[in-house]
Amino acid sequence: MKVLGYILQKEFLQIFRDRSILAMMFAMPTIQLIIIPLAMNFDVKNIDVVVVDNDHSSLSQKFISKIGASGYFRYVNAEPSYREALRYIENGSADLVMEIPAGLERNLVREGLQKVSLSVDGINGTKAALGAAYLNAVIADFNKSLPLNSTGGTAQKNVQPVIDITSSNWFNPLAEYKYYIVPGVLVLLLTLIGGFISALNIVKEKESGTIEQINVSPVKKWEFIVGKLVPFWVIAMIVFSIGLAVTRLVYGISPQGNIGVLYLFAAVYLIALLGFGLLISTYSNNQLQAMFIAYFFMMIFMLMSGLFTSVESMPAWAKMIANLTPITHFIKVVRMIVLKGSGFADIRLEFFYMILFAIALNGWAIWNYRKTS
Amino acid sequence: MKAVTLKNITKTYDKGKVLAVDDVTLQIDRGELFGLIGPDGAGKTSVFRILTTVLLADKGSASVDGFDVVKDYQSIRRRIGYMPGKFSLYQDLTVKENLGFFATLFGTTIEENYALIKDIYEQIEPFKNRRAGKLSGGMKQKLALCCALIHKPEVLFLDEPTTGVDAVSRREFWEMLKRLKQQGITILVSTPYMDEAVLCERIALMQNGKIMSVNTPQHIIATYPVPLYAVKSGNIYKLLNDLRKSELVESSFAFGEYLHVTLKNNDAAGAGNLRNHIAAQGHTNIEVSVMAPTIEDSFIRLTNKKQGSFAQA
Repeated sequence: MKVLGYILQKEFLQIFRDRSILAMMFAMPTIQLIIIPLAMNFDVKNIDVVVVDNDHSSLSQKFISKIGASGYFRYVNAEPSYREALRYIENGSADLVMEIPAGLERNLVREGLQKVSLSVDGINGTKAALGAAYLNAVIADFNKSLPLNSTGGTAQKNVQPVIDITSSNWFNPLAEYKYYIVPGVLVLLLTLIGGFISALNIVKEKESGTIEQINVSPVKKWEFIVGKLVPFWVIAMIVFSIGLAVTRLVYGISPQGNIGVLYLFAAVYLIALLGFGLLISTYSNNQLQAMFIAYFFMMIFMLMSGLFTSVESMPAWAKMIANLTPITHFIKVVRMIVLKGSGFADIRLEFFYMILFAIALNGWAIWNYRKTS
Repeated sequence: MKAVTLKNITKTYDKGKVLAVDDVTLQIDRGELFGLIGPDGAGKTSVFRILTTVLLADKGSASVDGFDVVKDYQSIRRRIGYMPGKFSLYQDLTVKENLGFFATLFGTTIEENYALIKDIYEQIEPFKNRRAGKLSGGMKQKLALCCALIHKPEVLFLDEPTTGVDAVSRREFWEMLKRLKQQGITILVSTPYMDEAVLCERIALMQNGKIMSVNTPQHIIATYPVPLYAVKSGNIYKLLNDLRKSELVESSFAFGEYLHVTLKNNDAAGAGNLRNHIAAQGHTNIEVSVMAPTIEDSFIRLTNKKQGSFAQA
């Protein structure tokens, strides 16, 4: 036990000696947490529209101004023909072409029916789908407000009974993207810092040969590993606290749930994560190898953890992989506690998983770090 | 009880494809300054790593200070000092921090065993607040030795401690080892430098994982079986080629400005015959004299004998 104290003393001494790494460990997540969620925004705005108005009636003018008023669309230009309008999509300066056929007003009045064509640039899939959906909603709304529909056109005598759907977003009333993404990015940055520094650390000792000196000393396996784990655990907890502060100060998001439960979960998560880093470093022989292995897993963690896309909508095999990565559970829990205000009872199962991860990963790392080869 | 014993130790790498240590049996007495001499790749480091319990042998048994290297590895780790060939202290910690750290790992303090390292530590003390990575080669080596000694080990393992160190520092280093030996510490040192062999009490000559001979350096030199001639002429390269082709000559190797030559026929007329033979080849400025063999001569002879021929390599 006394030996562990000396190892810890040495580890902290080394960490504080390398000022640039120390600064990076704190500055990187802080700066990135401020920048990334501001830039990463899935709310689709500024959809560029080119209009081909073949009707030139007062109704078509009204229709166009209605679209402009919605706030989601931006006029690029009006073109006389569809072919010329399509050129804007081809060179990327428009996302959507809306063609209003000749006789819009006339046909609507006479037959109560008219078709408007939308051509959407499918390269940016999200923007295209959402843009088309918004525009459809605007058209539907416009449709309803048409006086000829409500007073009864020639073709459509009776007003169709309509089921009107109104929705409200719980836990995130304005459906603002930042509430969804900020807690996730916080977890991601914490994972990057914790994963990389722990993965590189034991390897560094291997590379410099210092591990050889430790191996021929009476230091026990667990003392050495715990001596490596604890300092990074402390640092990662501080990084987590800074991240929560940034979340609060910059984005005004403060945890709805119990902060104690949040910290308890973070504490166990970090043990699992650092264990994973140590596991990588016991399998690699130099820092470059460790870096690549860590990078491989970090990419999977990042893209399959449900940070960007929902785990539930993944194929079954991908869902299994996602559930086998600790970060998936942590992101889920952080969102639950921060946004929803979940208590310990709600995250009990997740907490249990995390303890299993912590035991399995650290046990594996200690087992694989052999002092005698 | 012997300080170190190895019995039929065999170690292979790459699933048996590379034979590093081949059936080595060796005993080292307490308080001995023992040298393991051999070229790079002879298997010296593997033997060291097996004895310091960081490598498991495939076959055979070994003990250090009476403890088995497999069963009682924990006891051994408390009793040995190991200085690997490559500098392996924390480069980002200072001299004093490194020394303090290794002292505490063994449950001791710098003060407790200061007497043991005093002579060596005094030389690096002016730099005690300098980071180990910023020390010169000789300083690093002294610090490494201090760290290996700070817990007063029974047996000290030094793996090529003088490789890459200048001639003056090497001599100093061997002086330090002699003083340590007087403190009763058993020292096992490996080196590829044959001239350092004579500084050991006993040596083992190692080649291709096998030990060819174990004895005092003096005895190994004294038992060189045939007369050895130092030969020189105006054109040393031509001389070497001529001698290797010659019927008279058993072996011929270049050593500095002389060739060391042994003959197939070792009678009293050897030197005269050799001189006449060389002169007949058209050489000038010929020098031929009988010389005392060195460890290196013995080593080469043993190596060639092992390979079963005196191949004109």
